[in-house]
Order: sequence, then structure tokens, then C-alpha cells
Amino acid sequence: MKLYEMEAKEIFRSFNITTPAGYAAKTPEEARKRATEIGKPVAVKAQVLAGKRGKAGGIKFADTPDQAEAAARDILGMRISDLPVEAVLVEEKLDIQQEIYIGITVDRNERKYVVIGSAAGGMSIEELAVKSPEKIVKMYVDPMLGFQSYEAQEMAVAMGFPSKMVRSVAGFILGLWNVADAYDAELTEINPLILTKDGRLLAADARLNIDDSALYRHKKLIDGIKRKPAEQNERERLAAEHDMAYVELDGNIACICNGAGLTMATLDAVALHGGNASTFLDLGGGADAERVKKGIEIALMYPNVRAILVNIMGGITRCDEVAKGVVAARQERGVSIPMVIRMVGTNEKQGQEILSSAGIPFLKTMEEAAERVVQLTKEVA
Amino acid sequence: MAVLVDKKTRVIVQGITGTQGTFHATAMLDYGTKVVAGTSPGKGGTDIKGIPVYDTVKEAKKAQDATASIIFVPAAFAADAALEAISQGLNPVVVITEHLPVKDEIRVIHVAFERGITIIGPNTPGIITPKAKQKVGIMPGHVFAPGNVGLMSRSGTLTYEIAAGMTLAGIGISTAIGLGGDPCVGLTPTEGLKLFRKDKETKAIVLVGEIGGDAEERAAAYIKEGFDLPVVAFIAGRTAPAGKRMGHAGAIISGSTGTAEAKIRALEDAGVAVAKRPSEVPQLLKKLM
Repeated sequence: MKLYEMEAKEIFRSFNITTPAGYAAKTPEEARKRATEIGKPVAVKAQVLAGKRGKAGGIKFADTPDQAEAAARDILGMRISDLPVEAVLVEEKLDIQQEIYIGITVDRNERKYVVIGSAAGGMSIEELAVKSPEKIVKMYVDPMLGFQSYEAQEMAVAMGFPSKMVRSVAGFILGLWNVADAYDAELTEINPLILTKDGRLLAADARLNIDDSALYRHKKLIDGIKRKPAEQNERERLAAEHDMAYVELDGNIACICNGAGLTMATLDAVALHGGNASTFLDLGGGADAERVKKGIEIALMYPNVRAILVNIMGGITRCDEVAKGVVAARQERGVSIPMVIRMVGTNEKQGQEILSSAGIPFLKTMEEAAERVVQLTKEVA
Repeated sequence: MAVLVDKKTRVIVQGITGTQGTFHATAMLDYGTKVVAGTSPGKGGTDIKGIPVYDTVKEAKKAQDATASIIFVPAAFAADAALEAISQGLNPVVVITEHLPVKDEIRVIHVAFERGITIIGPNTPGIITPKAKQKVGIMPGHVFAPGNVGLMSRSGTLTYEIAAGMTLAGIGISTAIGLGGDPCVGLTPTEGLKLFRKDKETKAIVLVGEIGGDAEERAAAYIKEGFDLPVVAFIAGRTAPAGKRMGHAGAIISGSTGTAEAKIRALEDAGVAVAKRPSEVPQLLKKLM
């Protein structure tokens, strides 16, 4: 779950991380009011769960409340990375002396949290890694002890800060660790942490992505922010409700399979035969007829879909159940687009008989099935 | 010989009284696995299909001389179950459960490391040694024939797909390990290669990877240093878009890391034969063995 900057900042402040004076606004008029309250030049920032909003024009500066209102009007009408901007954050504009990066994420190879810092911030950590890798400092967090004050101080020194700044920078690093630890962060960043010309340190931006598997431990947070953990369309919502992994793509062939790896491999097979998948739909293990039917129904709701490929490797999933689900979807929903079924494994014979008597062809290998579905899609077009 | 699981392995099923636990304990028993005990706090003294159930792993291990564990308990309690198994020195500990918080995984894996215990998973189909007729997992045993190829994979059904293809082509498996679909897992491909390297029966390796992270690139670097067995790989997700989680928590391209292209390039550069389709794996193995 990704948090909006304004949501993350509220959490950051409760961990003693200083942020610029600022307020969220949902209308241009509200933005003007907020700018008036701040009484200084402000930054008006799009609240959107996408990176690079600055480059997309989602951050504007305003010297007066009038300008703030105009900036908010512009930004609130935008779509950034195809997401609508529903709120802006109006914040004191900072007089920048230095931009600093601090981030915490999970290192998959070390299997530890890693704290990353650089005295050269303001760009993404990936750009930083390309432009000035020598300026990046990394420290791994002991899984049992957590991150200590002295380690944050060592890190500030390693990042090259003068001794008079070590304690204050370390305070931000430790604060960010405390956020990561308390909120099961998958990724949390202050980028940039700004040193102003008058010597103040402030978290100008805030990013907090919470591990979806840990959301059950953060009910209070979710209730508090009064929105759903993810922006989902109706199809994504339905799939999630049925505990199916569902991803929409640009093509026109819906791939419905059991298992994430097999589903990915099926999309790849479709592409190898010159087709393009519209849908990644993983039914999971042990799907019964009802579930298979539901999966097909969800896939059909996506208007791009021109053909369906069902690819099942039976184990705990039984082919007879899959066949029943396919037949039911076809009969009850009157599916008119081509369907290609490939299934092997548990109760394969029974499944084939069910399909045969319903006049639905099936194939034995994934390759044949992918080739066939691509061919049928082209014929339909 | 085999890797991690052999004839002597004696298994405890943690969470045996749940639907999944009961179903798979029975399936393992039917396959031939020495399932010697189950645990379920509050259900001690009962049995599931003749398998004695204990309240704690401590009692189960003591009474039945168990050596390994497989965990079916829900995500919120799975880390505790794994720590319980580790505390009794069971090895390996196979965590089938999906959706464990990463923070819990990190702690469990760390504690296991310190005690020299191998965690398989989380979010894994488990491990199988066909020759010993022992599976500590949820895979359909019949698709895995005994033989000399060590198989490692980050996914479940795709592994069955590839194993079935190998069986059909007359190529058997020494041990197949599901590494798990999560970002942090107990056994990485590189660590798996090190285990297989020490196994006299394993003559070749199949590595089934997918998008996300750089574990395959690291395995490629290890192979390049002078790994002496032939390796065939398949990487799923060539057409997966960036930034989307493709079913597995760990299957996500973040920025420019974790792409299938990068993994394939690194593996090919290390002399690994990378299959374009799952069905090519047996052909490539035949050429190399």
C-alpha cells in the first residue's frame, strides 16, 4: 500500500521528523486559504501515487495566495501517470542550500532492511546510483537489534556531514528507521531532506509504501486515512475480493491459469507466437468450477479482451472442475469470443470428456494452446 | 544421496488440523513421505489419519524423533511456527504459507542462519526427492521422476510443468526445491547451487526464475566463477510490465531492476543454456548431459 505524501508526512511528524508547514487542499479556493495562513511563498504539490510528478508539472511555486489558487487549479485538473489529482499539498517554500537523500528498503539478497543515504539528493535513488554512486552510503539493519543511534551517527559522518550537523541528520535517519519498523515499510524515503540557507533541516517530501502482507497489523492507520489501500477498478476489486491475482495489460488475449509463474510463462508464450495478452489472471491452487467460472467472468469484463486462453497444470486443481467451470461460463454467460483450453494433470480424462461433450476443443500443450489462441484472435480481427 | 531431504527425513506437519494441513499431510503420506507427527495447539492427543497430533513441536519432536517440519499455519502465525521449529533444531523448515510480512521473514531467516538451519520458502510448494519417495511439500509427486537433475524454482505450477516435461523426455530429478515466490526467502538460487554442487547424484541443474530482484544474476555470477555442472534455465515474465506485481510478492520489476532480459543476459553470459519456452528445457538438458 502506497501512502500519499500528506499521509506519510503526518506519520513522519509523529516520529519527530520535521516537515515544512503545510496543509492539504482539495479545491483552488482552499489552496488560497492555506497559502494565506502560511503567509509566505508556497509550493503547491500534486498528491498522487506516482513518481516524477515534478517533471509532469505537478509541483508549482506561488508567491501570493492568488498564485497559489491558480497553481492549485492547474494541478487539480491534471492526470499524472494516468491518475487523477484529487488533492494538493500547500507548503512553505524552502530556500534550498542542499538536498539530501535518506531511504530505507528491503535488500532481497541480504534479507535485511538497508538504510541508504546520500548528501546528493533530489533525484531518484536509481539516478543517484548512476550519477554519483560514490556518494551513496548503505548500512544493513541487524534483524534482531534494529538500527541504533550510533549507527545513524556513523551514517551521517560517512555521508560527509560536518560534526555540527551529525546529530541532526542522524535524528532524521533514526526517525525514518522508526517509521519503517513501526509501519512494516517496504520502502520509505525522505527525498529530498532539505538543508535551508538559514540552516534548518526539513523533510520536503515523504514516501511510505507498506508491505501489503502486513496490512492486517495496521488497521488503525487504514481506518484513520479513510480510503481503500489501493486504487482499483471494478475488475481489480472483484479479483482481489476473490483472492485472485489480476493484472491488466495492453493486448487482447486473457490468460487464465493456476500459479503465478505459469501465468507469466503463458503470457510469454502468447507473445512468442505473435500475440499480446490483455490479462494476467492467476486462479491460485485448487480452484473449483465456481472459481474458474468467476475468473472467466472477471476477465470478460475487460473490454479489450478478444479471446481467452485457459492454461491449467492440474495438481490440487482438478481438470474436471476446470472443465465444468469453462462449460458453465460458456453456457450461462453466452461467451461468444474464442476460448482455448489447455489442461493436464489430475482428472485430465474426465475434464476432456466434459469439454468434448460441450463441443469445446482442448489442447495438450501450452505451446499449441498459445499458438492456437493467437491464430483465432487474428481470425476474429 | 540428495539435497536436504532423503530417506531418513522424518516430518512434522505444523497446522495439521487445518484444511490445507490435513489434505497435504495425507497426500504426503500417500506419496511415501515419513510424516511422523502433526502439531496444533489445543488438539494434542488426537490424530489425523493415524498421524499423532501434539500441542507443541517440542513434544512432537521428542516423541517421534522428527528431523524436519512443514508449516501450513496462517500468515499471521507462520513466523512463530517457524521459530518454534527452529528452536527444536528441525532442518529443513518448509514454509508453505503465503503472505508473510517481510519483516517476519527477515527475522525467521536470520535466526535460522545463525543455527545452521535451512528455511525453504515462504510461499513455496516445498521440496521433493523422488528416489527417496519423500516430498515435504504440496506438489503432485507423480510428475517428478527420480534421476540426476537438481531443480530449483521460484514458482509452483511452472515447476510441475517443467518437471512433467522432463519426466516425459525420460529425464529424472535428484531433488526439486521450490525456493518461494516472496522477496525474501530462506534459500536463494546461489545457496541452492552450493548444496547441489556437494551432491554426488546431481549431474545437472535446472533453474526456473522469474522477474523481480537479482537472485538469478547473482546465481549467474556464481556459475561464472567456475560452477562445474551444466545449467539450464527458464525465466518467466519476459512480457511482464514494470511496476506490477505478477502474482508473487517478489515478482515485480522495480525501476530497471528485476527484468527478465537482464537475468537472461547474465545467465547466458555465464554459459547457461536459457530456454525460451518451458518445453525446451528437456531438449537443452539432453544436449548438455
